[in-house]
Amino acid sequence: MTGWLAAAPALPLHSAGKYVAGAYIVFVAVVLIYVSIMARRLSATQRELARLQREIEARHSERDEQPEIETAA
Amino acid sequence: MSTVLTVLRKDMLLELRSLETVPAMVLFSIATFVIFHFGLNRATIDGQLAAGVLTVTLLFAALLGVNRLFVAEREQGGFDAFLLAPVDRSALLVAKAAALFAFLAMLEVVAVPAFGVLLLGPSLGPPLLGLIAVLALADLALAVIGTLVSAIAVQSRARDLIGPLIGLPLLIPALIATARAAGPLLAVHGSGSPPGKWVAVLALYDLVFALLAYAVFDFLLED
Amino acid sequence: MIYGRGLRGLALVTTATVTVALALVFFYAPLDADQGFIQKIFYIHVPLAIVSLGGFVFGGVLAVGHLRTGDRRWDMRSYVAIHMALIFGIAGLLSGSIWAKASWGHWWVWNEPTLVSFLIVLLLFSTYQPLRFAIEDPERQARYASVFTIVAAAFVPLNFIAVRLAQQYVHPRVLTLSGGNLPGSMALTFYVSLIGIVLLYITLWRYEMAAKSARMHIRRLRRSLLDDEALPAMKRSAAPS
Repeated sequence: MTGWLAAAPALPLHSAGKYVAGAYIVFVAVVLIYVSIMARRLSATQRELARLQREIEARHSERDEQPEIETAA
Repeated sequence: MSTVLTVLRKDMLLELRSLETVPAMVLFSIATFVIFHFGLNRATIDGQLAAGVLTVTLLFAALLGVNRLFVAEREQGGFDAFLLAPVDRSALLVAKAAALFAFLAMLEVVAVPAFGVLLLGPSLGPPLLGLIAVLALADLALAVIGTLVSAIAVQSRARDLIGPLIGLPLLIPALIATARAAGPLLAVHGSGSPPGKWVAVLALYDLVFALLAYAVFDFLLED
Repeated sequence: MIYGRGLRGLALVTTATVTVALALVFFYAPLDADQGFIQKIFYIHVPLAIVSLGGFVFGGVLAVGHLRTGDRRWDMRSYVAIHMALIFGIAGLLSGSIWAKASWGHWWVWNEPTLVSFLIVLLLFSTYQPLRFAIEDPERQARYASVFTIVAAAFVPLNFIAVRLAQQYVHPRVLTLSGGNLPGSMALTFYVSLIGIVLLYITLWRYEMAAKSARMHIRRLRRSLLDDEALPAMKRSAAPS
């Protein structure tokens, strides 16, 4: 790593470096914002899936109870 | 072809009887010239500035016509009637574009001389033929793209918003070419003929969008 | 179609390529003789812009698929392609603006044709979402959106021709896209960066498609398992359903 840094042109941290860093930060930030939006949507999908599961389970238990009532009557 | 003529005739008759669109476009343009006079604080303008003012005014006036283009069809069920009739659907595109072209030509017959009197420094006489050629090509672009955009926008809510929103960026290259072609014509010691490069760009733009509109227009009517 | 299949491999390849590209940019490519360090922005700005424009045209091609087949899945693909291209486009526009500020001292220069054409294309495609949102019937929304996308995709090259011709003087373009006057090491760095961004676009497109189709599957499951008529009233949306 240190060898690499030695081979690299000295990073000019005056005005030029600021702008180059800015451009690359914009790129990384846009990608990260996108990923965070997708993460929110993923959790929404998960909630939807969990709700679906709950509802299906609720239906199943209803169906299991019903025959007992019929035989009792 | 006869369908095109029938629809075109209907639109022309409607406009002649109601006088709804073209007079509004003319008044709008003249008001805009007055606004430019004060906005720029200039008694006369020439060259590229004059070409820009003229082109922008005509563009915005054209948008008024674009917004009105399919309103009668939508409000009075003309779309359904057209779809029921055993006719080629592209005929509606051709007829509507021709109607819009005619409206724009009528607008320019009044607005361009008014521009010459109110704002333009150099005489309108020498460059007139060249200007007519450039404006004809520009009207074609406005008519084709305007019809397409209007047909898309008329089926949306907030159609008077969506139309200009889509139409303006689509028309920017046509605006560039028109303004650049007209610039030398309106200069103080201007040439009588417009620069070939920009006339070619405008013609190419017309051609591509005419073909494209013809190819996709059917999908806007299908129901 | 399972969009998630192979996504992990693709993501790994993308990460590797982008990492290599960044390493090449900062440790391998020589400093530009005229612009110096500033020129490093070129390796991110130009690929972003190219991929964004390519994404718009890609969306147009997918929209043709939708109109020809009438299959709404094509509309979904086209929608995601444009959505991603807009995101890349905004990043490209911002980095271009920063480059302009760094090399010419202004945040915006009208004589840089690529930047100007890019703004016009972004303006046009920014109307895509409002247009979709303004049409309520989902079938019509999909059809009209596809028509718009095809027209707008064809507009992209025409717009570039017109804007480029409109420049009275073109400032010395050290960095043309042909790569003709780029030294070999710079050209290599540029192409690796371009491939990295292209892969990133494809990965994110697939990712979003996987997410979207998963949600659609859930909705369909709910309908078929519970024959749920009382679906939570769907919000009117610009996204294809």
